[in-house]
Formats: sequence, structure tokens, C-alpha cells
Amino acid sequence: MVDMGGSQPVGTAGAVDLPETALQFLSPDGQVRSAGPYSPYVESLTTDDLRSLYRDMVLTRKFDAEATALQRQGELGLWVPSIGQEAAQVGSAHGLKPQDFAFPGYRDHGVLASRGVDLVQTFAHTRGVDHGGWDPREHNCHLYTLVVGAQTLHATGYAIGIVKDHACATGDPTKDEAVIVYFGDGATSEGDLNEALVFAGVNQAPLVFFCQNNQYAISEPTSRQSRVPLFHRGAGFGIPGVQVDGNDVLACYAVTAAALDAARAGMGPTFIEAFTYRLGAHTTSDDPTRYRDSHDAESWKALDPIARLRLYLTLSDHADQNFFDEVDVEGAALAARAREAVRKLEAPPLDSFFDLAYNEPHPLVAEEHAEWTAFETARLELMGAGR
Amino acid sequence: MTVTIPDTAADMDTAQSGQTEVARLSLAKAINAGLREAMTRHPKAVIMGEDVGQLGGVFRVTDGLLDSFGPERVIDTPLAEAGIVGTAIGLAMRGYLPICEIQFDGFVYPALDQIVSQLAKLHSRSGGRLTLPVVIRVPYGGGIGAVEHHSESPEALFAHTPGLRVVTPSTPQDGYWMIQQAVEATDPILFLEPKARYWDSADVRLGDRDAALPLGKAAVVAPGRDITLVAYGPSVRVGLEAAELARGEGVSVEVIDLRSVSPIDFDAIEESVRRTGRLVVVHEAPVFFGAGAEIAARISQRCFYNLEAPVLRVGGFHMPYPPARREADYLPDVDRVIGALAQALSY
Ligand SMILES: Cc1ncc(C[n+]2csc(CCOP(=O)(O)OP(=O)(O)O)c2C)c(N)n1
Ligand SMILES: [Mg+2]
Repeated sequence: MVDMGGSQPVGTAGAVDLPETALQFLSPDGQVRSAGPYSPYVESLTTDDLRSLYRDMVLTRKFDAEATALQRQGELGLWVPSIGQEAAQVGSAHGLKPQDFAFPGYRDHGVLASRGVDLVQTFAHTRGVDHGGWDPREHNCHLYTLVVGAQTLHATGYAIGIVKDHACATGDPTKDEAVIVYFGDGATSEGDLNEALVFAGVNQAPLVFFCQNNQYAISEPTSRQSRVPLFHRGAGFGIPGVQVDGNDVLACYAVTAAALDAARAGMGPTFIEAFTYRLGAHTTSDDPTRYRDSHDAESWKALDPIARLRLYLTLSDHADQNFFDEVDVEGAALAARAREAVRKLEAPPLDSFFDLAYNEPHPLVAEEHAEWTAFETARLELMGAGR
Repeated sequence: MTVTIPDTAADMDTAQSGQTEVARLSLAKAINAGLREAMTRHPKAVIMGEDVGQLGGVFRVTDGLLDSFGPERVIDTPLAEAGIVGTAIGLAMRGYLPICEIQFDGFVYPALDQIVSQLAKLHSRSGGRLTLPVVIRVPYGGGIGAVEHHSESPEALFAHTPGLRVVTPSTPQDGYWMIQQAVEATDPILFLEPKARYWDSADVRLGDRDAALPLGKAAVVAPGRDITLVAYGPSVRVGLEAAELARGEGVSVEVIDLRSVSPIDFDAIEESVRRTGRLVVVHEAPVFFGAGAEIAARISQRCFYNLEAPVLRVGGFHMPYPPARREADYLPDVDRVIGALAQALSY
């Protein structure tokens, strides 16, 4: 159980200006403050729950660091770092139940970790051997979507399907289903996202729009996307908005869990803005020194989401050094497995991509496939003869 | 004549040759230099897109332009492709010359309604009262080991749309000239930049615009007698390499760089095929309903009695662009081009 230390003044950390509207239940100095209407969610977190949040965040961080290194070594074509956003991703995803469905963006490794997707499977995509990587139905977690904002409509449609199936608001919370969709600050400008808000609002879809405002869309600061705070975006669509401190895992968890509960109960969608920071580059191809001051990242490091939870776990005796060591060992093992596994990932032959183009036979594909096979056979024979 | 050397050209290896300044530039830097000239000459030209300002574009094609022309003219737009093209239409109606950048080929589709149903049609719908001098720059094509949506070749979609012109430079020289011509043209233009060639460098004659071929014209980039090879964008280099290899086997290949996919310079192709009697078309886009199909149909009609073999096509397959570690199998490479040349010569 989380012990509520009572209301505390908002802690100021470094030079970061966290908006006053952002809900913060765990301050950077490791103190839990009153969560108001969200208190039941914070208070119900058991020691195991808290440890599980910590574990998923650390595993995500370690995996992300390893993947960044593997990209540098040429094992991956690209990596999209999640560093700094672990609380937003892990906290929110812990509000999901097994029957719920998550639609991630492309940076949401912490969401996958929380859904039980083996993070190593993301390498298929970034190593360039497969466009997918995991079975979306196995963990009720969709594939990554690279086209910014497109997944918000898919999530909305899925959630409308839940309404049609009478699979929410049944009166049995263990059966009710809900959906969460992840996207960034930049994505809020896309037409797809705005249409998703329209459809979700009109249909009272059981859906949580989870926006990680990490302050940048590649080089463009959020001010290029919006004149108003992003959590105000839902209002015009009839969708309530909440802003949370995206580096506070307890706030991310509690606010999302509450919104998902409301969705499951048939009360419609919620828009959550997690105010956070992209500590790393946009991707490994990006050079942030061209557009932002490295001091910003330094001051945001003072708000590190993992250090904050760890401090609280220690101060409140929910965990000790042994536990932290165990998690570190587990993280190191995950990194080692990632190193091992990545080198073994090979692209299937082109044949399988001919086969995958359609579900049913397609004469044109068959013809091109046969031509290609004949050509490849001849090429291989020539290479053999050349020897 | 006086030539303005781009600021970003500080590191350029420049040399005077006659009246023209010659600089060794990559394709990306050559387009940058051409954009700089166009922005200087036309105060109403504006560059707009995602990350084109402060960052200078993800491929640095607009590098330094924000510093030179300011945020009023080099605009970091919100992340919305329909918004970029749609507002460019309105700006064009106010007399501006919008130069839009779509960050990658695979992200042009959110703008498709604005491009296909609006931009392409307004000249016609307005009875010619409106002109829409909008340029849409799109890095396209594969071969850089990218993740999905970053390697596609959508030119046929646009060429299939009446009202749009579609051009694609394959060399730094053409990049430098063609972007300026595109900005000055009064029709909407899809300006497709072969991203795999961005880093290829060559000597570029700066200034000297009168020497430039008109925008819709093809260029013979290697003369030959036995067979004609038509390519454009990223495939021109592959065609030239194949021609070089064929020369070693005693086959003389004429390589034509199409430069424009709409219109297509059929006269240039016809002239060549009348001499060679054989034609192979190479592009990265899927061959099914691709530019090669149109070329094959028209040239078969125009050169029916001159053809010694059916027109052959080498290109992408009918499948989503494969993941990076399989793209070498998908992309038309020298082997596949040589195979097609040999096949055409076997008739
Ligand atoms: C439709 C579309 N346009 C452009 C891009 C290129 N692109 C990839 S990520 C990105 C920025 C996204 O910013 P944001 O939504 O804030 O998410 P973040 O990357 O910060 O997590 C852009 C412009 C894309 N993937 N899809
Ligand atoms: Mg962002």
C-alpha cells in the first residue's frame, strides 16, 4: 500500500517548468502527495505492483540503451530511443487489463514491456528483416505504426467494435474491454488524429488517447503544433482532457487507470497528455544539437522517472538494495539476450514477401514470383560456374 | 556573368571555368544551391514542411536557408501533410510560390486528397483563371537500408493524375537546374529526389541557367547503337553501370535519363529506339501499372516496325516494399538489367 504523506507543495526540480496543470502525485524528492480523486488508484498499489512498475521501467531503459549501442555497431538499421519516457509508457500501460488492447506508436518500448511482448521482437523491424515482429493478438498489443497518427483511427475503430459487441458497460468490470492509443505531440496536428477524436467522441468509444508530449516532433518544439496545451485538444470534440507529469509513474498509472475504468464502464473516451521529455535523439539518425540546447536535457535529467520511483521505494521501505540489484541483473540478462538474438535475426527470402502480399492467390504475384525464381536460379548457377 | 555562391558552399571545391562557376556538389547540396537561387530571385517563394527550418530538413536539403531567408519564408510547419499541401494551394492563390517538402515518400499519402483532387484540378476547374505554381519536393526510392515507408517510389500515382507534372533529377547538375525551373513553372510539380543519390557528388555549373535543358526533356546520358535503356532518378546510375558492363561484352547501350515522368519525352525515346530497335525500361517502382508500362505501350505503337524485340521492363515487384535486408533482391540491380538487355538482344 502506498502511504499518502498528505498534500505537499509542488517541488521545483532544476530549471524545468512543469505546468501547474500537470498532475503530480510523486514528487522528484520521492514523496507521495495527495492524489485527490485519484487517491484510490494510488493507494491500491501493492508493493508488488510498485516493484513491477519499477522493474518494467528499468528493463525498458536497459534494453533501449543496448539497442542504441547495437545500432551504433551496425546490427540495427535504426533505433528510436525511449529514454526519459518510461514512466509515461509503463505507468499508463499498467492501467490496462489483459482483455484491453493497446495501439502503440513507434517509441513505446515501455508499453510493449508492460504488455508482455518480448522486446527483442522489436528488432525485426529496426534490423530490417520484417515489417512487423510480434503477433498483435497474442498480447493484445498492435504492431508499431510509423506513419504518424494513423494508429489513432485504428484504435478508435477497434473501440467502436467493442461498443457494437456490448463488450463494455456490461456491469462486470472483469469482462469490460477498453483501448488505449499512444502518439506524440507532433501527431496531434495530423488529420487522422483529429478524425479519430471526432469518431471516438461521437461513438463514446471506450478509448484513452495517450499523448506523450516529449516537447519535440523531431526538431520542432510543441509550440509549432499548438497554441493551447495539448490536453485541451479533446474539449472541442466532447472528450475530457487531463494533463499529468509524464515523469511521475504513479500519476501516469492512476490517471490512465481511472480513464480506462471510465471507458470500460461506458463513459467514453479521455485525452491524457503526459508532459515529459525526449532525453535522447529523435532516432539514431538524428542530431539534436542542431535544434536544442543540451542544458534542457540536463535539467530534465533531474526529473528522471526511474530515479524518482526508486527513491520513493527506498524511503517507503517497499524495496531495498537487494531488489534493485536483482532488477539490474535481470536488465543485464535482457541486454545480453538482445545482443545474442539480434545477430541471429535474418530476413526471410523474398519468396515469403511474394507470398505475404495477399491472403488469397494472385496470378500477377505468382507470375512475378516465378520469373524472379527463374532469374535467381540462373544467377546462382552463373555465380557457381564463375568460380 | 556574376554568380552567387551559396553560403553553405564554404566547403565547396570551386573553380572558374569560362564565365561559369563550377563547384563539386552532392545532389543534396546542389538542390540546396538551386533552392537558394530560386529564393533569392523570387521574393514570393516560400519553403514549407516538417523540420525544414531549424534542422535544415532530415537530409539537410534546406540547410542554411532559414538563416538566410528567415522564418517568414522558411517555415517549420505543423506535422500535417494535408495541411502543408492544402495551405500551399491557398498561398499560391495569394501569389506565393510554395515549395513544399514532404519528409519521405511514404508520408505523401496523407496529402493525397489535396494533391490529386485539389491541386491537380484547380487550373482546369477555374477555366484557367487560377494557376497553382506549387512545388512538392519528395525524397523517394530505396537503397538506403531504411525502415518501412522510407523507400517507396510513388511516381506513377502522380503521373496518372492529370494536372500534375512529375520530374526527377538524377545528377547534381540537374538537381540544381531543375529545382529552379520547377519553382518558376506555373503548373503543380511533384519534384521527386532520389534519396539514395543525395550523397553522390559531381561538378555543377552554377548560374548559367540558359544551358539547362527544358524541364520536360529527356537526356541521352550515354550514346549507343544496339539497344536503348530508359531510366530515371535512382535507376540512371544502375543503367549506366549495366551499359558499361555490356560494353565489355561488345554491346553498345544507349542510356536515356528520362528526367520527367509527366510529361514523358516520347520523342527522345522514339528517336533512339528507331535506331536501336530494342528498349529496356528500368525503375524502382513496381512494374505493374508503372511508368515502364506506359512507355512500352506508346513506343510499341510509335516504333512497331522498328522493334526487334518486345519492350522489357525491370523494376519492383507487386508486393509492399520489403524490409531493408531484402531490398537488394527487390531493387533492379545491374544483374537484372543485364539479364533484360540480354533477353531483349536474344530476339
Ligand atoms: C505521416 C508522417 N509524416 C511524417 C513522418 C516523419 N516523422 C517521423 S516521427 C516524426 C515526428 C513525430 O513527432 P511526435 O508525434 O511528437 O512523436 P515523437 O517522435 O516525438 O515520439 C516525423 C515528422 C511520419 N513518420 N509520418
Ligand atoms: Mg514528440
